[in-house]
Amino acid sequence: MTVFIILCFAVLLGRLVQMQLFQGRDYRDQAHSLMIRRVTLKAKRGVIMDRRGRVMVDNEINFNVYIVPRYFPAEAFGKLKKYLELDDEQSRHIKKKILDAPGERRSFSLLAVPAITWDQRARLETNAFELPGVRVLTEWKRRYPYGNLAAHVLGYINEVSRAEIRRLGGYRIGDKIGRFGIERQWEYYLRGKPGFERFVVDVRGRRQKDKRLVRLLGPPAMRRQRPRTGSNLVLTLDLDLQRIVESSLRWHPAGAAVVVEVNTGRILAMTSKPAFDPAMLSSRLTQDQARQLYDNPYHPMLDKTVMGSYFPGSTFKVITAIAALEERLANTYEYIFCKGYHEYGRKSAFRCTSQHGPMHFHSAIVKSCNIYFYTLGKRVGMNRLSRYARDFGLGTPTRLGLNGERGGFIPTKAWYAKNMPGGFRIGHTLNASVGQGNVTTTPLQLAMLYATIANGGRLYLPQIVERMESSRGKVLRTYPPVLRRRVQVSDRTLRLVKAGLRGVVAEQGGTAYEAWDGRLRAAGKTGTAQVIKREKKSRDPRDWWRFADHAWFAAYAPYDNPEIAVVVLVEHGGSAGKVAAPIAMRIIRDYYAKVRPKANAGRSRGLAPSPNPGQGMAPQ
Amino acid sequence: MGRMRFQLDWTIFLLIGAIAAVGLLNLYSTAEGSLSGRFLQQIYWYILGTSAFLVVATIDYRQYNHYGYWIYVGGLVLLLLTLVIGRKVKGSTRWIGYGPLGVQPSELIKIVVIVVLAKYLHSDPSIEGRGLKDLAGPFALVAGPVALILAQPDLGTALLVILIFFSLMLMTKLKIRSFLVLLSSLVVIAPLTWTLLLKDYQKRRFLSFLDPQADPSGAGYHLKQSLIAIGSGELTGKGFQQGTQSHLRFLPETWTDFPFAVWAEEWGFIGSLVLLGLYLFLIVWGVNLARTARDRFASVVCMGVAVMFFWHVLINIGMVSGLLPIVGVTLPLVSYGGSSVLTFMIGAGLLMNVSIRRYSY
Repeated sequence: MTVFIILCFAVLLGRLVQMQLFQGRDYRDQAHSLMIRRVTLKAKRGVIMDRRGRVMVDNEINFNVYIVPRYFPAEAFGKLKKYLELDDEQSRHIKKKILDAPGERRSFSLLAVPAITWDQRARLETNAFELPGVRVLTEWKRRYPYGNLAAHVLGYINEVSRAEIRRLGGYRIGDKIGRFGIERQWEYYLRGKPGFERFVVDVRGRRQKDKRLVRLLGPPAMRRQRPRTGSNLVLTLDLDLQRIVESSLRWHPAGAAVVVEVNTGRILAMTSKPAFDPAMLSSRLTQDQARQLYDNPYHPMLDKTVMGSYFPGSTFKVITAIAALEERLANTYEYIFCKGYHEYGRKSAFRCTSQHGPMHFHSAIVKSCNIYFYTLGKRVGMNRLSRYARDFGLGTPTRLGLNGERGGFIPTKAWYAKNMPGGFRIGHTLNASVGQGNVTTTPLQLAMLYATIANGGRLYLPQIVERMESSRGKVLRTYPPVLRRRVQVSDRTLRLVKAGLRGVVAEQGGTAYEAWDGRLRAAGKTGTAQVIKREKKSRDPRDWWRFADHAWFAAYAPYDNPEIAVVVLVEHGGSAGKVAAPIAMRIIRDYYAKVRPKANAGRSRGLAPSPNPGQGMAPQ
Repeated sequence: MGRMRFQLDWTIFLLIGAIAAVGLLNLYSTAEGSLSGRFLQQIYWYILGTSAFLVVATIDYRQYNHYGYWIYVGGLVLLLLTLVIGRKVKGSTRWIGYGPLGVQPSELIKIVVIVVLAKYLHSDPSIEGRGLKDLAGPFALVAGPVALILAQPDLGTALLVILIFFSLMLMTKLKIRSFLVLLSSLVVIAPLTWTLLLKDYQKRRFLSFLDPQADPSGAGYHLKQSLIAIGSGELTGKGFQQGTQSHLRFLPETWTDFPFAVWAEEWGFIGSLVLLGLYLFLIVWGVNLARTARDRFASVVCMGVAVMFFWHVLINIGMVSGLLPIVGVTLPLVSYGGSSVLTFMIGAGLLMNVSIRRYSY
């Protein structure tokens, strides 16, 4: 009997040895995981400002209610409902998310009710003892005070998905991540770094202040770490100009516009229409809302300035002109007769806008004569045309780095040989020389093209961010203008082309002359991009707008000492001279009237004024 | 009666004293400094227990032998009374009286059973081993109380009585056949009890010891917290009154079922070793007394008390450390509970009783 007793005790002792000596460390860890809670302190996201420091995107304070299901008894729900005045939908949501939370999630702090009022918060805090496991956190919500202004540039944020958490690391459930535009491109700098806080709790989740227990947390560095606010961004955009540009498109349902600084490549305004509401996209979309956005035939989710590939139409003729002059295949005295059509293939395919009669270099630009440029194009040839186009940055992305930029397309003979049944034909060159066929560009590329012509041959990198600052205003990084290359074009060629562009605006017969007010010191080129081949147009008069051609106007000002380049695209606008040109001119006029004087006055943030300050308006 | 020569047994005094001291110390920590309430009550019970200890030890045990059957009847009556006028607490009727004056007769019945079995075996010694027929008597004696206890229902105490019965029977000389029958009957009783007598929640509690992870918020939760508390005590424990699991309320039932977990958490392996040692010493002492006792009654009584201590310690510590299923069995003189303290003090008194008169005539 004694033996049996001793044996049993030995077993007990053995078990204790196992538990306390061998497994002791494990059990201690388990004890800690029960007692110690780690709470993430979210970081404040960086602010986005225009070039004069005006805030375009910032954060506002929200009181959010968080609940840890493990500590929250079902009976407390009624009180919660009363204090927060919850409606049925909210009650259902909370019951499902909190009370019915699955096992693994019961220890997490889950968002129960977002954005409560001061009063509701006061009520919760006064009655905190009735609501164990409930906390009110002061958090930030992204705010877009200007609504959908510059929506595509600024972008929006929303909740990160589980797949992204796995893939990216550093994110937790409930974090927001940039989805579009600057918010997305600069996510890493804008988001800052979250902090944490660890404390000891009892079985009800109540924080323990006892010094002996607090010591279990380790040294102070392990107890609390403050979050680091994200960096702020100062954009190259000018808020006033952006407003002017977006407002100028108000009579048209779809289009795009870009204004760049000719001597730096900085983008002063950039818009794509229609736009979306960033605030709406930051929270959960209803099915209706989502459908509206994605079924809208004008594609609001597309950033047309960099993602839209269009035929440049007549705006491309400057390339043809430059190529011909440089290769000495044309001169300014030669006359080419325009009888309204070019003889090649089917007579109807290669037409001009009217019968211009004898055209020389300058007048061909001014009146935008297709026949003249078909002739020049034939002389230059597809491949050389392609080369000059690429030299000016067409055919490849501009490397702005925003919104999945497309690069447009400039074909070559080889490309036709490979991709066209029947191979390369001269007709392709003819089409290319007037910016049709397979030539496509984005509005931003076109803007950089005209900026390069305007500034005498310097192709810059377009930029949208001027500098990055810490949350306290210390400059972290600046982004000075970057010259990509100088194009291989002589000054004389450019001078001649620019004279032609001035004539478009200021000379009788110029395609934009009707829109000119007689004073504006601008130069530019109209362009009409065919939407569809003529034969395929529908007979139904109601469909006219859908098949109306897109209208371009690419301009710069002042013509003798350029500062800005403006490109306006009106989708389905029809006639460029009547529709796009007036818009561009209004933009330029308003720029010189309202924006430029203030820009020079606002030197307080240490901005250098643009070089070559000139006058946009002729002296009275 | 001849001349009595008394030989006080200091060992028993000291052992009981030491264990009771551990119990009080542990309870003090569990009470978190509040001396009124349950801690104070337990002190009252200790005082009452000590008095009982002295009284029981003083009266010549041959008197107990003489009045054995009366004591037995009294015990049965008490049990019946419990079923009739007793208080229902958490689904079972165990108590007579209220709060601080309440008693749990099922605890005390263990002593009664030991005494009556001792008397029976004393007055009916058999030279050869006992056959099945001979076991009928003790069986009948025990069946009554067990049935009444199970009717409350009180699974733990019933089990204890049955274990004491089997231990004592195995201690007497048995024919091989009856020994085997005895053992095999255990095997038969178990499944029968399982399906017929146990309620759902008892079954769940029972099984939770096999896999406490399966339902950490329910039946397995107690056990999981207990394991964490004990294990995290490591070698030297977390220090007096600094057991985190108990003081932060992660560990439940720290007064009754899990005081050992509190002790192990605060005093570590060393503390556990000390307590186990004290118990072992006491039990072996009791067994030794049984072997050297002068008559059969004394022998059986000592063995019974020793075995009672043994099974309580084994089952309680076994269950809080996850080796055995959870049944409500108290840890002698450490668990809170007046009737439990009384029972073990009386038991110790009986040991003392026998020990004192070892050399008297």
